Amino acid sequence: MSSRKYSIFKNFDWTTLSIVALMMFFGWINIISATSNIEIVEWLDWSGKGGKQLMWIFICSGLGYLILNIESDFFIRTSVLQYIFTLILLVAVLIVGKKIGGARSWFSLGSFSLQPSEFAKPTTALLLAWYLSRDSTKWRSLKVRVISFLIIGLPALLILLQPDAGTVIVFAGFIFVFYREGLSGNVLIVGFASLIIAITTILIGVTNVHYPYLGLKSGIGMFWILWVIVGAGAIYLVRELTVPRKRAYLTRWGIASIIWGLLISIGLHMGMENVLKSHQRERIHVLFGIDVNNPDADYNIRHAKAAIGSGGLSGKGWMHGPMTAYSFVPEQETDFIFCTVGEEWGFLGSSIVVLLFTFLILRIIFIAERQRSKFTRIYAYGVASILFMHLLVNIGMVLGLAPVIGIPLPFFSYGGSSLLGFTFLIAVLLKLDSERFSILR
Amino acid sequence: MNSSGLQDRSVVFGGIIVVISLIFIARLAHLQLISSDWSNYAGQLTEERETLDPMRGQFLDRNGELIVTNIASYDLLVTPRNTKNLDTIALGRLLGIELNELIRRLDKAAAYSRYVPSVLEKQLSAMEYAKISKELMLFPGVRSRTRSIRSNVAGVAGHLLGEYREVDRADMKNDAFYRLGDYKGKSGLEAKFEKELRGVTGARFHIVDVRNNVQETLNELDTMPIPGKDVTLTLDLELQKYAEKLLNGKRGSIVAIEPETGEILAIVSSPFYSGNSLTGKRRGLVYDSLRLHSWKPLYNRALRGTYRPGSIFKMVQGLIALDEGVISTSTVIECDRSIIGCHGPHTADDLTNAITHSCNPYFYEVMRRVVQRGKSENKLEDASLGLSNWNLRIKEFGFGTNLGGHIPGTRMGSVPNSEYYDGLYGKNHWGYSTIYSIAIGEGELLTTPLQIANLAAIIANRGYFREPHPVRDIGGLGKPEGLDSLHNMSVPSRYFDPVVNAMQNVIEDPHGTGSRARVNGITICGKTGTVQNGDLEDHSVFMAFAPRDNPQIALSVYVEYAGSGGDWAAPIAGLLIEKYLNDTVANLAREERVITFEYE
Repeated sequence: MSSRKYSIFKNFDWTTLSIVALMMFFGWINIISATSNIEIVEWLDWSGKGGKQLMWIFICSGLGYLILNIESDFFIRTSVLQYIFTLILLVAVLIVGKKIGGARSWFSLGSFSLQPSEFAKPTTALLLAWYLSRDSTKWRSLKVRVISFLIIGLPALLILLQPDAGTVIVFAGFIFVFYREGLSGNVLIVGFASLIIAITTILIGVTNVHYPYLGLKSGIGMFWILWVIVGAGAIYLVRELTVPRKRAYLTRWGIASIIWGLLISIGLHMGMENVLKSHQRERIHVLFGIDVNNPDADYNIRHAKAAIGSGGLSGKGWMHGPMTAYSFVPEQETDFIFCTVGEEWGFLGSSIVVLLFTFLILRIIFIAERQRSKFTRIYAYGVASILFMHLLVNIGMVLGLAPVIGIPLPFFSYGGSSLLGFTFLIAVLLKLDSERFSILR
Repeated sequence: MNSSGLQDRSVVFGGIIVVISLIFIARLAHLQLISSDWSNYAGQLTEERETLDPMRGQFLDRNGELIVTNIASYDLLVTPRNTKNLDTIALGRLLGIELNELIRRLDKAAAYSRYVPSVLEKQLSAMEYAKISKELMLFPGVRSRTRSIRSNVAGVAGHLLGEYREVDRADMKNDAFYRLGDYKGKSGLEAKFEKELRGVTGARFHIVDVRNNVQETLNELDTMPIPGKDVTLTLDLELQKYAEKLLNGKRGSIVAIEPETGEILAIVSSPFYSGNSLTGKRRGLVYDSLRLHSWKPLYNRALRGTYRPGSIFKMVQGLIALDEGVISTSTVIECDRSIIGCHGPHTADDLTNAITHSCNPYFYEVMRRVVQRGKSENKLEDASLGLSNWNLRIKEFGFGTNLGGHIPGTRMGSVPNSEYYDGLYGKNHWGYSTIYSIAIGEGELLTTPLQIANLAAIIANRGYFREPHPVRDIGGLGKPEGLDSLHNMSVPSRYFDPVVNAMQNVIEDPHGTGSRARVNGITICGKTGTVQNGDLEDHSVFMAFAPRDNPQIALSVYVEYAGSGGDWAAPIAGLLIEKYLNDTVANLAREERVITFEYE
């Protein structure tokens, strides 16, 4: 036992722990500012959010310490159990959960609320690592791929039912894990191309074109027709210009691309028009600068950008941001906490936060790659992917680059569930990493 | 263990992360460092800037007597974004505004800015404000602001001081100093010295929360307003008041100048109006009534009225002829009434008598000699050359110029030159016989009362004038540069003696046309002028200076459609001189006669 403890601190990744601790501290500081007026500082008021967050930080420190002292085998062996447990929680929350802000995502426990989807992320990462690291698992097998997608798909589906689109998008981040484990790189290219088609679809979807005999209709129909005609023309040209040996291959790919693009575009357009609620559609339209009738549609993002933009180079100083102090930004201690950073700490402070996240994720990738254990590597990739998706969606949102989708900024946003979830993710990773020399799995 | 191909994929993943974070940092740089839009927007949301208006500078007379000052009035302001649940019906009733009008004003304010307070009702007097102030708190988004308005406490010199009224769109566009509902000098001296008078606005900054409640004040950013500078005028308030009193009920003008300095002592255009009548809520009505009045009260006759100078011009002709050497002080010319008529029982005069008698044939001959110098064989061309020279010499006396233009609205009048007649008749198609009526101040000559008063100053000074100007001091810094530029006539001062003698005769000679200007104990020099108006009554014109030696005052008096110069303008001039030099008027009968003047 004592030799095991020794090895923990010998091979412990202090860098990661330091970054995380720094983030938690800085996040806490900003939560205090975001929830206080300029005159009244809710320092250690336990009923205030600053005090509660500090309490959560203590609890999370305890949890982290606990995890570091548990046999790492425990997490590997119980990964299936944990996964099933969170699935049960996700089902239960749909039935007995408390509806907050239109989503049934919370268990209400007295004065505290727990969000099971925050725990689904680490347990999914663990199960995926367990499943993919088994010797019998080969990525090339279709069955393995299907099961892998099911592992992330099941909790994602349950979360979608809440509905909590933000967390579902985070689950999409596991694609990077698959990519590392052998998924074709074409998937990323196809994903990127699909994104471009999606943006084009959204932009064209709001235009109106006068069709002969049909009157004024959305320009998207014209786009689909042109897509097929131009695509067919391109395939014909490529066929004519390439050597015969490659023709069949290129034609097959070309036709597949045209159909894929068409499916994405039609599916997205239909989804936008028929599935999304009007406020969700407006959020997406606002993002692309499309004029929406509702003047308050871009209220959040307008105020978020104003708060960040007014920070200037070095910010207005802690507790000195009026946008922050006087509640101009909604959800500013949770999903929009980065606005407080931007306003009070300026370009320097917010860039440092972005760089801290970048460094943390790169560090985790570095940790992943130094593992002999496949389990640890896959798990680490899961952690990196989750953090990356949170960074991408959350900061993209407050900067007006991504639609308004509420997910927390790891270690910064106020909230016990997400802090516990991320602590669990990191602590397990650090535990596994500390044993990288002692165990060969 | 791993195939190296898959391990390289960590670089792809890492690369994506780095690219995304660089995009975020670039976006942050754009929002926070490059573009100021979002920062400005945040300021708009969180900062409320309360403008502290400076006290506008006052106008004082030459002795420090107050002419124009500021008194308190109350504006009601509305901040459109705060007017939720505003009871417009009750507010309209309280303010006595029709509901439609009130809603129109609220819409206008909202169109201007939702965040910046706009004026809803302006210039409530202290009495009016006291009635509504208690109930004002019931109306969200409506508050009052104390604002000073102009008050012409002396009630004089409306034309000269000009208007101080609300800025228009163009003013706000041209100068960021002005906001909707602000006031500025729009004409006269209020406009000319706007920059000096208005001062510098101060500001008080508040931070407001999302519900627009004031949360804190940012004292370190606050600035105190700097009051505008006081402008000390050259006017003598007593004289100005007296001049207005004498011209009341008449059409005409008075311009009085201190000859040595060019300072305007009094300037009146009648009918006049009190500067106060064009402020406040009733301005529009008053302005319209002034604009439509048949006597044209808005028209500043003293600066803009152009009249033929008539006999007064003969003195200038004589002075130029002396300097040109075509006559001497003793040259006697026969009063030959075959070409041009005359009046009075004289037969042949020297210069002094010719001026005293206002002898037309004398000055016909004098100007002929000035113009026809035999510089060309062709008589017509000779006249043209001569007239060009004459024109320059006349302009030296300030005629056909704006005299430096220090008084806003000054007109130049006109002094014809050769080109003018060339245009009228064709080159070399006119001679002296065509144009001789200008010899006696008739024809195409046009002068303003200011120019005639300035001529009086030139003669009083025996050959120089300083540009007439209305301001002595701005903000204690002394007279602004360039106001009193010196103009020396090329006519030597000794040639002025016969003219001055003649002007004394005009007053003191028992048959002198200006005898009604006579004041016991003061040697006044003057000259009558009578401007003919066809079938209508003549304009009565008089110019004078006094005392003869070391003159203190030079003036011109015009009374339109009143008769000959000696009848009305001369006694008014006499009264003004007496008032200015003696402080009191002894000749009450004369004063009574002038004041009770009535047009037939």
